Amino acid sequence: MKFLNDKVTRRDFLTYGLVVAAFIVVSLLASQGVIPRSLSGQLVPVTCYVVMAISLNLVVGVAGDLSLGHAGFMSVGAFSGVVCAMSLSAAIPDDGIRLAVSMVVGALFAAVAGFLIGIPVLRLRGDYLAIVTLAFGEIIKEVVNCLIVGTDAIGLHVIFNVAGDKTVDDLHLLEGGVAIIKGAQGASGTEKIATFAAGFVLVMIALAVVLNLVRSRAGRAIMAVRDNRIAAESVGLSITKYRLIAFVVSAALAGAAGALYGANFSQLSPAKFDFNTSILVLVFVVLGGLGNMRGSIIAAVLLTILPEALRGFSDYRMLVYAIVLILVMLFTNNPQLKLTLGKLLPKREGAVAHGE
Amino acid sequence: MANKFNFQRARMVPVPSRAIVPDRDLEHTPALECIHLGIEFGGLKAVDDFNLTIGKTEIAGLIGPNGAGKTTVFNLLTKVYQPTHGTILINGQDTSGKSVAQVNRMGVARTFQNIRLFDSMSVLDNVKVGLHNQEPYSAFEGVIRAPRFWAREREFEERAHELLDIFDMGGLASERAGSLPYGAQRRLEIVRALATNPRLLLLDEPAAGMNPSETAELMENIVKIRDTFQIAIMLIEHDMSLVMNICEGICVLNFGRVIAKGTPEEIQSNETVIEAYLGKQKEAGTDE
Repeated sequence: MKFLNDKVTRRDFLTYGLVVAAFIVVSLLASQGVIPRSLSGQLVPVTCYVVMAISLNLVVGVAGDLSLGHAGFMSVGAFSGVVCAMSLSAAIPDDGIRLAVSMVVGALFAAVAGFLIGIPVLRLRGDYLAIVTLAFGEIIKEVVNCLIVGTDAIGLHVIFNVAGDKTVDDLHLLEGGVAIIKGAQGASGTEKIATFAAGFVLVMIALAVVLNLVRSRAGRAIMAVRDNRIAAESVGLSITKYRLIAFVVSAALAGAAGALYGANFSQLSPAKFDFNTSILVLVFVVLGGLGNMRGSIIAAVLLTILPEALRGFSDYRMLVYAIVLILVMLFTNNPQLKLTLGKLLPKREGAVAHGE
Repeated sequence: MANKFNFQRARMVPVPSRAIVPDRDLEHTPALECIHLGIEFGGLKAVDDFNLTIGKTEIAGLIGPNGAGKTTVFNLLTKVYQPTHGTILINGQDTSGKSVAQVNRMGVARTFQNIRLFDSMSVLDNVKVGLHNQEPYSAFEGVIRAPRFWAREREFEERAHELLDIFDMGGLASERAGSLPYGAQRRLEIVRALATNPRLLLLDEPAAGMNPSETAELMENIVKIRDTFQIAIMLIEHDMSLVMNICEGICVLNFGRVIAKGTPEEIQSNETVIEAYLGKQKEAGTDE
């Protein structure tokens, strides 16, 4: 196989292999009942966070745009996915297919949201971009907070509860109708149709989409725009187009992850997808290394599992994240610290020099 | 600066622009025509009434003291700045209202005075980015790895290697662009610009920071590029030996105005230029 001689391709296949191996091992352990209950409940959320980290890494690591509103797209995907899954429960009896359809719907809605937000937001860069994406993340949360959605024999009923004076009764659902999203309460009574296998498939798809994109003509253009905007323009690249491609693909993947996440819980509140979640995912990306998909996966798995395994410390979780984030930033961006670290850890010296 | 090179407008030497186009190019549409080109920054005329014609396969030089507006002319030609006056025709086509990327697709490629490479990417990928618009396929085809992806990527690979071989850089293909030595970075910038298949190649101080033997090699390569690709090349350069040796037409700029145009011989014997520019350099220039 000639293409395996390529260093980059080999590295990508190692990443795929790692995910497959992890899935097989965890599935085997789960079937033996070795995994404690508190952790087995985390299997699907872990895959969701892995997909979130991979997709955010496309924007932050590959395209070089700091986005702080990634949870917003997860929210769009989660709630559109929940609405889709519940309104189609009669039409598509098979759980697996319904889950797949709701993930596709979640991805589409999030992609549209990403496109609409991306057009104004991607006129900015750096700090300004970060602040505006943060704002849009919060706006999405508030918009979902106002949504009241129900379904009955006629179809979907949607109320936009801006004044805060409307309730589920205002949907005027027919007999046998179900309220799906109840404003700030979020969605409740949803079926738990998400499975670990579906999560694994989604991780593989997300990984394939992002890695294939990065290794293609469009991916080179995205990285070129990140490295040097002026030079990228001078060789005929449309800056906005390629930043938008990265942003929309990333939003779509986050939407699919959100739909899977929503299908894993019987109760889902819009407040779940707030600024903290965006930062959490950003921590995965930064810890795993910008542009390093394998690192993002490992960081997402470890940092989601660890707090569950050490439940007693979960109060300090955000504090620890903040400290870890600061330390990693210092160690990766401060040449003096890096030098000191290199002296302390002689084995890593070569790796650090090579990584630079 | 103003005291050092105080040219009077009356002493300018107007030369009809077509006169310096080489005979072999007279039949063809010029690669570049600037007509009364100018730009003002809040009343300051950075470039004023700039007229220039460059033949299809001409090598032209743009010289002048520091701050004369040479790089501004390049930025006008590539639409980094939108001109406030005048017209630019690339291969006979008007470029007004076009963006930087669009002008590149019309056939203008450039290098930068302060090198601008895609530092974190490999040398090969830098060239492939240059080839971006030559072998198009959609982002979706790339994600699903459609047959067109494999076919086009193979072409990318081959053409990138061919282009790198012009400058004997094939061996550096997998190096990180940012880690290359200075001279190699300058050469890579030229290769990347060439990859966009230009009709007019703009080189901003290509020999800056190069030693004499590297400069000699660069001169050969510039002529070789012109001969192989049959394109026009316009270069800004302070190294007079390079300019006088390979340029067929030279345009001298000072304070945003053209003070002389002509062949290297004409420029060398042009009183205004000798007195104010070359003469100065010869006096001070023990390095000549």
